[in-house]
Amino acid sequence: MKVARSELWAGRTLLLALMAFTILPFISIFMTALHPSGTVPSGLDWPENPQWINFVTAFNMAEMPKLFASSIFIVLSVVPATLVISTMAGFAIGLLRIPGSRVLLFLFVFGLTLPFQGIIIPIYFLERAIGIYNTRVAIALPLIALYMPFAVFWMRAHFVNMPSELSEAARVDGATTWDLFWRIHIPLARAPVASLGILTSIWTWNQFLLCLVLVEDPTQRTMAGGLGAFQGHYANNVPLLCAGTILILVPTLLIFILFQRQIISALLQGSVKG
Amino acid sequence: MPAPYRPTMNSIETSGNRPKTIENSRRIFRSKRVRRETFIGWLFTLPALFMYAFFVLVPFLMTILYSFFRWNGVGPMTWVGVKNYVSVFQVPNLIGTIFNAFWLVVWFSFIPVCLGLIVASVIHRVATGTFGLVARTVLFLPQVIALVAAGIIWGWLLALPGLINQMLKAVGLSVITRAWLGDFHWALPAVGMVGVWVLLGFCTVLLLTGMTKIDPALYESARLDGASWVHEFFAITVPLLRHEIGVCLTVTVIAALAAFDIIWVTTAGGPGNSTSVPGIQIYILAFTQRAIGLASALAVMLMVLVVIVILPIQWLTRESEK
Repeated sequence: MKVARSELWAGRTLLLALMAFTILPFISIFMTALHPSGTVPSGLDWPENPQWINFVTAFNMAEMPKLFASSIFIVLSVVPATLVISTMAGFAIGLLRIPGSRVLLFLFVFGLTLPFQGIIIPIYFLERAIGIYNTRVAIALPLIALYMPFAVFWMRAHFVNMPSELSEAARVDGATTWDLFWRIHIPLARAPVASLGILTSIWTWNQFLLCLVLVEDPTQRTMAGGLGAFQGHYANNVPLLCAGTILILVPTLLIFILFQRQIISALLQGSVKG
Repeated sequence: MPAPYRPTMNSIETSGNRPKTIENSRRIFRSKRVRRETFIGWLFTLPALFMYAFFVLVPFLMTILYSFFRWNGVGPMTWVGVKNYVSVFQVPNLIGTIFNAFWLVVWFSFIPVCLGLIVASVIHRVATGTFGLVARTVLFLPQVIALVAAGIIWGWLLALPGLINQMLKAVGLSVITRAWLGDFHWALPAVGMVGVWVLLGFCTVLLLTGMTKIDPALYESARLDGASWVHEFFAITVPLLRHEIGVCLTVTVIAALAAFDIIWVTTAGGPGNSTSVPGIQIYILAFTQRAIGLASALAVMLMVLVVIVILPIQWLTRESEK
């Protein structure tokens, strides 16, 4: 496509301006984080004497190692469980097409638009009643359930497009349903399962509301939940708050830079299918 | 990693026997097999179904149930009928949250989708190479970070000594500088800006993916007929991106109506109730004021609201061939 020179520059200027709009907030908190703790600097101002120690202070105050371990624990208990049970359900609904699968699908799709706030109150009382309130499990179990509508829908979309000849051929060779699932379709479903894994990991890492309601102890929360608590304590110490925010952002940003292609395509596909 | 499937000796024998079996017994065999398979199929769905029922469907029904009672969370529950719903409609602070939520839709949904359409078509036209790729990645960045972090970052940017006011002063607009999040009139648009920042990249990249699927020949022929950029945009790009626009609208409208994280860390609903949305009010009612029934009624209304708004969007923008 041929494009006029003036249009080319106008377009590039607009893009550069929007990129600045996206990046400047990060630069601003980075510069602020280097100011002496407790002072109130201005938005974009490189300090005379950069206080790198702020990152160490924030690291200790936010109990970063504990918070990190807690997040990893929650992600590792939520994501594999979500992948396994949603793949199984997606397989039964999309490929085996068991009687009642339409009803089941409808039931799960119904949950797609349900906001977390809509059901958080009973979850709180339910967890108090069964005695898991204020533990990491209190975040993990509802999260697995809340991912089910999307995850089942996602896996079903994959299985429903698999050619039926594949399953029939295996049947002729005497494969049981379990063989069909475990030996034929799981190896073929690696790509959608991987995307689902990326998505649920990011969502879990960033989960805030469930942490806020269900867990009082910040060190039992995910990173985002811990950050919320940190903000509560250090709202008036701007440099320290910025340093803490940066520390909590670093793992997400690293993962994004490493896997940006997969993450972008997973998030896009996820929303298109959802 | 599971091993590739290999038929066992046993299964080869059965399949070898098959042609000899007579029609009738085959049918019986099959119906038995079908029943067994159905049973096994249902077993496959059980774990997902159990988790979903226990932590989503039951709480969903419980929310509806709670909404008909007056309850402080520990004492006895009193049946009050639809009184909680009446209260939601009558108390200005409660019904106001719903108006605020719709106001937020303009910022979280309308602006990112419109701007995203423009930005995507700009990238599509003038930045197909590395520059476009970099722009895409950078704009997408806010989408992966926690909303809490986005809120904290912008809480500082919009503060009195923050970057926004600094820039306004630099261009000679110091008259309008203020603590944006503490201002009754400006707090909601300020929170809305955070939404634009978070959602613009998502909309841009999604719409861009749709644009690359449009046949370039369409644009070529339009240009031969002397169509301008604006013509092209409204006659080709927008109609053919109907499905993608629908997806963007759905995602962003839900993000607006069910907003919580960003608002909680920036304003917590204040000043007054000027940025209070249903999500925030549900939390405050249920967990600080212990008005479980009222909070549940608002929660039910929020869920109904989301469905009412999303259904027409889905219906209008569905791909016709499917």
